[in-house]
Amino acid sequence: MSAPAAPSTPPAPAPAPAAPPVETMTVTVNGKTLQVPKTMPDWQGKPAPTTMLQAAKIAGVDIPHYCYHDKLPVAGNCRMCLVEFGTPMVGPDRKPVLNEDGTPKIAKSVLPYEPGTPRGAIACATPISPGMEIYANSKATEQMRESVLESLLINHPLDCPICDQAGECKLQEYSVQHGKAGSQFVEAKVHKPKAVDLGPRIVLDDERCILCTRCIRFTRDIAGDDALGIVNRGSYNTISAFEPGKFDNNYTLNTVDLCPVGALTSKDFRFKMRVWFLKETKSLCTSCGTGCNITIGSREGVIHRYEPRENDAVNGPWMCDSGRLNYRWVGRADRLKQVLRTAADGTRQPVSWNTAIESAALILTHSPQGSVAFVVSGRQTNEELFLLKKLATHTGAMTDAVARDGEPDRLLVSEDRNPNSNGVRLTGMAFTEFGFNLTKIADGIAQGRIKTLVVFGEDVTRVGIGSELLAKLDALIVSDILPNATTAAATLLLPGAAHAEKRGTFVNVKGRLQKFHKAVEAPGEARAEWEFLHELVHSLTGHNGYRTIEGLFNQMAAEVPAFAGLEWAKVGDTGVTVQI
Amino acid sequence: MPEPFKLILKNLDEPGYTPDIGCYQRQGGYEALKRALAMPARDLPDGKKLSPQEALREDVKASGLRGRGGAGFSAGLKWSFVDRRSGKPIYLICNADESEPGTFKDRQILHKDPHQLIEGMIISCWANDVKLAYIYIRGEMPHAAKLLNQALKEARAAGFLGKNILGTGYDLEIHVHRGAGAYICGEETGLIESLEGKRAYPRIKPPYFPAVLGLYMCPTIVNNVETLCHVKHIVLMGPTEYAKLGTPNNTGTRIVSLSGDVQKPGYYEIQVGRVTLGELIFDPNLGGGLKPGRSLKAIIPGGSSSKVLKAGEVFKLNRKGADGQMTKVDVPMLDLPYDFDSLQQAGTMSGSSAVIVLDDSRSMVQTLGNLSEFYAHESCGQCTPCREGALWLSKATHRLSHGEGRKADADYLTHIAQNIQGRTICAFGEAASWPVLSFVKKFRDEFEAQGAADEAAQAKSPGTSSHKSSDSRSAAGSLQTH
Repeated sequence: MSAPAAPSTPPAPAPAPAAPPVETMTVTVNGKTLQVPKTMPDWQGKPAPTTMLQAAKIAGVDIPHYCYHDKLPVAGNCRMCLVEFGTPMVGPDRKPVLNEDGTPKIAKSVLPYEPGTPRGAIACATPISPGMEIYANSKATEQMRESVLESLLINHPLDCPICDQAGECKLQEYSVQHGKAGSQFVEAKVHKPKAVDLGPRIVLDDERCILCTRCIRFTRDIAGDDALGIVNRGSYNTISAFEPGKFDNNYTLNTVDLCPVGALTSKDFRFKMRVWFLKETKSLCTSCGTGCNITIGSREGVIHRYEPRENDAVNGPWMCDSGRLNYRWVGRADRLKQVLRTAADGTRQPVSWNTAIESAALILTHSPQGSVAFVVSGRQTNEELFLLKKLATHTGAMTDAVARDGEPDRLLVSEDRNPNSNGVRLTGMAFTEFGFNLTKIADGIAQGRIKTLVVFGEDVTRVGIGSELLAKLDALIVSDILPNATTAAATLLLPGAAHAEKRGTFVNVKGRLQKFHKAVEAPGEARAEWEFLHELVHSLTGHNGYRTIEGLFNQMAAEVPAFAGLEWAKVGDTGVTVQI
Repeated sequence: MPEPFKLILKNLDEPGYTPDIGCYQRQGGYEALKRALAMPARDLPDGKKLSPQEALREDVKASGLRGRGGAGFSAGLKWSFVDRRSGKPIYLICNADESEPGTFKDRQILHKDPHQLIEGMIISCWANDVKLAYIYIRGEMPHAAKLLNQALKEARAAGFLGKNILGTGYDLEIHVHRGAGAYICGEETGLIESLEGKRAYPRIKPPYFPAVLGLYMCPTIVNNVETLCHVKHIVLMGPTEYAKLGTPNNTGTRIVSLSGDVQKPGYYEIQVGRVTLGELIFDPNLGGGLKPGRSLKAIIPGGSSSKVLKAGEVFKLNRKGADGQMTKVDVPMLDLPYDFDSLQQAGTMSGSSAVIVLDDSRSMVQTLGNLSEFYAHESCGQCTPCREGALWLSKATHRLSHGEGRKADADYLTHIAQNIQGRTICAFGEAASWPVLSFVKKFRDEFEAQGAADEAAQAKSPGTSSHKSSDSRSAAGSLQTH
């Protein structure tokens, strides 16, 4: 992200020096006169002269557009945002010409060579000027839109019934709003390549393409990979990858989101689901510590796609391909679905949640101080970690978490591949560096000091606590989502829920606390960890706490210094910044 | 009887005249450059002082020189728009991408008198503090590019170019850049993109006015070949004398490319506004009249994109009477003075000063089909109205000129063209739509008759129409192979 503006709302430590007053300009949009700032952020967040489109937006008027995108360089090629406008007339003495009532006389824009015909300006790139009048719904403006739509549709295949974009297609939407049902086009359509394999994740239908070049600009100017371009000329213009099939950077799927029509489609999603059947749930990507905001598209308990959800404090409107496609595990067939307990004879028996919680409480209650250790995961939510910390404190347990690192990139991917490492730190479950206590825990088990190990969301056999050590324990209480060597050794196995199956909060690498919501049900008996942890804490400590995520979060905010003053209801969809 | 007036063309067709520097200098070449570089600073009556460069810029403004590329914009005013405070280098580009159908004037200079251009360019660069300049030459003129490179080499060797020009401390380099064969590269911002190594997509204005954000986002002047040549003559003659050539506000000379149905097609230099369209066609020293037995049908007066004039049209022109009062005067088409303002008042333009004459043997439907195919082929495809509209027009005119027309096609074509003009990134939208709008408006009967005849033929033998199902016979078919 190139310098995302951060409208974060940290508690102001000291009264900041008063911001210089914003210089404004008077403009009129559809008859409504208002003051708008002289400059506004451009696609990179730098101040630039306010455009007609931005001014109209402030006035509550959306000007239709295809190629314009507030986070991409302006291209001005689709012409959909053409609007009729007027500016105050200036006399030969350079003074404003006034109407009889003293108001400035407005000269409407006309073609210089045909003064009777209105001339539009592209709202996306034309700066406002003092006293300008923007006629965003005048007859002339509507006629310009209609003609641009007609041009876009004459060579379009009109294959909406089989197009993945149907239902979220700007060509459809604007056709409904501004188009005409009939067409007078009687010529043969231009034919272009279909189902072009652009890269490992992208298929292109050039006939649907309206050549807005959003994909080209994103790939060149945001992803930094000059992989896409246009070949041929005029009406035969065709989007193409520099090397066919090699459009493979880690951000290619953003072009599918950016594509206002069904030209660029995701191999992963195409032909899978009509978009209007998808339930949309606000959530977070869990593939790294950036915490990109996402919308989960699901239907009847099955996740069909992740899409980035705009958050200028975190990911802007983008996300990486690897994170976006990392959702299949949620619906895997081998998900842990049963609560299991190892009986005295060594066999594993399904037990009820009540029995399991009771048994865990018994184990922890009877464990001498210091004989319990906790290994937790940076994939758990703050609320879960907060409850785990209560258990650890109660049992005087040593705690740690498991680091998960990878190669960062220049855009969004963080070196930290845990979504909530900061949550682990802020709730006090681990030091700044994860793994500091893991060796000590391993030694404690080996020396017989540690008899009970609680593991949440990690396979400890991969971090130095092997099966032979696990075998020495009296009790191994494990909660996880998918099976691994640790879950196989568990004496008490508590199936947990994926983030998409519960609510909670994470704190990203930059200290952004963000919430996510439940999209689908957890499989079988699996439950959200915070729910059963809440019961366990109650059994162990007698503190009843809250049975709702809202109450739990607010309780945590009251107790964890970094979250002081926060309330679930006041944490918006884009989160808040906390001190890390 | 008007005489051709040779200023730019003075030498280049003389017997024995060669494009090398020796020949150029024997005819007084590079004297203007020496004079320009020796220009003194100028004191103005109001006490202001102009540097020599500023003085020359003022002279160009005072000469009334208007761009010879197509738009006819004041060259001096264009220079005055250059952002000189940005701290960035200023570039000058000579637009030698002469491609407007019917236009073949710049190529005469480029092939026969390259030093005239180079001298004009060096003077213009000096006047604008330009240290690096380019000649963007049409790809289809490979020989001229060679000649230019040779001429630049000669100029460099003679000390007119390179470091410390004529000992004045002024450095200038000029590079020749060959286009790759696209009409849109003649559009100044498309040209700049192309020069930067990109696809020649014209830039949006605002914000990318070349005078502020041109080549490499630096202030840039783009002038036509002929325009730059005139600068040399303004230096030699002085602005006042130069402005006596031609007519007020339409000063100097122009090279007219005369083609089509005349006895003597060719290029003729005239004083702007001192020769009428009729004289251009009929004067024995100029077009020499129509072909035997033919009558005049139409004139395309300023390159193929200008609006067509119909024989017999009479225009209302503003004329300043002896009392200084403006009056409207009826001027028949053939009496239109060939200048910028008169043609504009007649609803068309002198554009690139390419006059295409059509006699009564020509079908306006076929002619428009030809023009529209050109514009469909050359639309860069960047913005929607032109990309889709230009080919649509071409397909429709092709259908109409291939037996598949409809009576409704006159309105159909007008509808398409009206939705292009004024709505595009660059003036190509006008270029593609103006021929259509003017042809259909002025020769509507011909278009409707063609459509009616085709419909009648279709009614007699139904089922032979193929335009709806076949792409291969459409104009598109022939374009698709490119």
